[in-house]
Amino acid sequence: MDLVLFLSFAAIAVGCALNLVLQTHPISSALSLIGVMGSLAVLYLLLGGEFLAAVQLIVYAGAIMVLFVFVIMLLNAGGEKRPSKKVLRTAVALPLLFTLAGVVAYVLASQTPRTETVKFGAYAAGPQEVGRALFTAWLLPFEVTSILILIAILGAVVLARKEI
Amino acid sequence: MSVSFVPSAQELARFAPEMALALGATLVMLGEALWKSGSRSKLAALAFLTLLAAAALAVFAAGDPGPAFSNLLAVDGFSTFFRVLVCAAGMLVVLISTNYLRQEGHDSGEYYALILFSVAGQCLMAASNELIMLFIGLECSSIASYVLAGYLRDDKRNNEAALKYFLLGSFASAFFLYGVAWLWGASGTTNLSELRRLLLDPSSGVSVTVTAAAAALLLVGLAFKVSAAPFQMWAPDVYQGAPAPVAAFLSVGPKAAAFAMFLRILMTTFVPLRGRWEPVLWAVALATMVIGNFAALHQTNVKRLLAYSSIAHAGYILVALTAMSDTGAAAAMFYLAAYTFMNIGAFAVVTYVAGRGEKHVELMDLAGLSRRSPVMAAVLSIFLLSLTGVPLTAGFFGKFYIFKAALDADLVWLAVLGLLNSAVAAYYYLRIIVMMYMQEPSAGAGPLPAPGAGMRWALAASVAGTFVLGVAPSLVLDYATASAPLLR
Repeated sequence: MDLVLFLSFAAIAVGCALNLVLQTHPISSALSLIGVMGSLAVLYLLLGGEFLAAVQLIVYAGAIMVLFVFVIMLLNAGGEKRPSKKVLRTAVALPLLFTLAGVVAYVLASQTPRTETVKFGAYAAGPQEVGRALFTAWLLPFEVTSILILIAILGAVVLARKEI
Repeated sequence: MSVSFVPSAQELARFAPEMALALGATLVMLGEALWKSGSRSKLAALAFLTLLAAAALAVFAAGDPGPAFSNLLAVDGFSTFFRVLVCAAGMLVVLISTNYLRQEGHDSGEYYALILFSVAGQCLMAASNELIMLFIGLECSSIASYVLAGYLRDDKRNNEAALKYFLLGSFASAFFLYGVAWLWGASGTTNLSELRRLLLDPSSGVSVTVTAAAAALLLVGLAFKVSAAPFQMWAPDVYQGAPAPVAAFLSVGPKAAAFAMFLRILMTTFVPLRGRWEPVLWAVALATMVIGNFAALHQTNVKRLLAYSSIAHAGYILVALTAMSDTGAAAAMFYLAAYTFMNIGAFAVVTYVAGRGEKHVELMDLAGLSRRSPVMAAVLSIFLLSLTGVPLTAGFFGKFYIFKAALDADLVWLAVLGLLNSAVAAYYYLRIIVMMYMQEPSAGAGPLPAPGAGMRWALAASVAGTFVLGVAPSLVLDYATASAPLLR
């Protein structure tokens, strides 16, 4: 069952990622990116990383993608113009691409020990543990990040306001 | 291990300077919104007092040194030194900014709030003992700096500077973060002291190859932030385009904090990898000095010239880092203190001469300055002589200690090449002095208006700092020497 789910969502993720690059209209690309994020979240879930899956959905598919779509709509970006097709370039690039992918896959497969399944569970990465760590050992970075965000907001106001 | 949810009073005291700065910045933002537009000078005063309070709190926190927040911060002599230094740099920049902003019609509280936030980030960089904390501090400092570089939005030069700085800076930050991720992957910790322990312990199983690769990634990020070759390309464009007081700030505050970070990462963690770091640092230091000094020879824009000179000075400090010894660290600390006063001073005079809209930033505009404003010409000469490294000024002892540390560490060739480089530097510094005293002012250049109170105080403090460090260097050097061994 796990294998079926993994294979189908991995295929969806790869398909969406390809679609993201191939689409000419930015909105279609953005929607494909949501597909990638969503299927990655399912993969995390299959590996036992419930918290990571939830964060993936909330932060990436939720916040960041909404931001992307807003920017695309505000800038009113139209479809991109295809550069003229260069047959020679494609003929050289595609085999190189597949070679690279093959080499990377081979190296990864030869380096990783064959475990049955990777489990995030071993690292105790549930929401409770993450929350506890965030508010005890990592309290300071957590709080200082809010200052960082405040600086970013202030910067945006300074650069975007009509008159100072 | 049970960790309390509530930080103790001791921990809060060790974090007090950053809290004061963030609070002050928030108050400045509130004041900007609530007070009438006529009371802008109050905001500058508030920012100045906040920086003063932060420096005082940093000194106070040093009375009770130790780690804080589960070892994320380390309050020791080293961090106190740099906290006070960046606060002092912030104060000088606030002083030289008030008149400039009024003259450009952009006098607003956001400027001071951004300076305060940036200094808060720099204090954090100085005091962190952990890579994630260092990264967050670096980003606080950098993001505020990007905005400051483009503060006069209607000026094309500002826009260009801010965009270049932002794009290249975020790229460099990403390199640093990637290095942190690799280190974590190799060792399972991001704490610098813990990393050192793991690297020294052969049975820990931390791969030296992966650690060295991670260190290379960290080096790219750090070298960018201190504008070391081959990552120095951004500095001239950004310093030339940014408002002159901001250029003064960028050349000192973020750079000093980045060197603090560099020293801490190098001296705390990577001493076991010394053999791999040394050749890289050697080459980077030499390339930085050579590129900075030789490129400065041909500049006609004063801000750009000072930008290349600040690259060269980063090269001298890197010589001290290459020595990778306690004397080297102390020499780098002393040099940064000296450099803060002389470089902000030089930029302050440039700010003053530049005038409204920064129309007079060419070398020719300094010709005959001794007739138009004798005091300013004398003051700028002092800073330039100090940057050259003439005895009785801070720059002399700065260079002296750096090359001494290099010789102690058997880096004879690097010391010799560094000395030759400072001889090259003398040419372009002295050329400015010659222009100010020997040449006639260009036609139509009348006497300059009297400088504002803030500018006068900043110049007086910089001259005083340059001379005090030049006559009695032990005041600062003894402290630096005592606190350098704490890095372990």
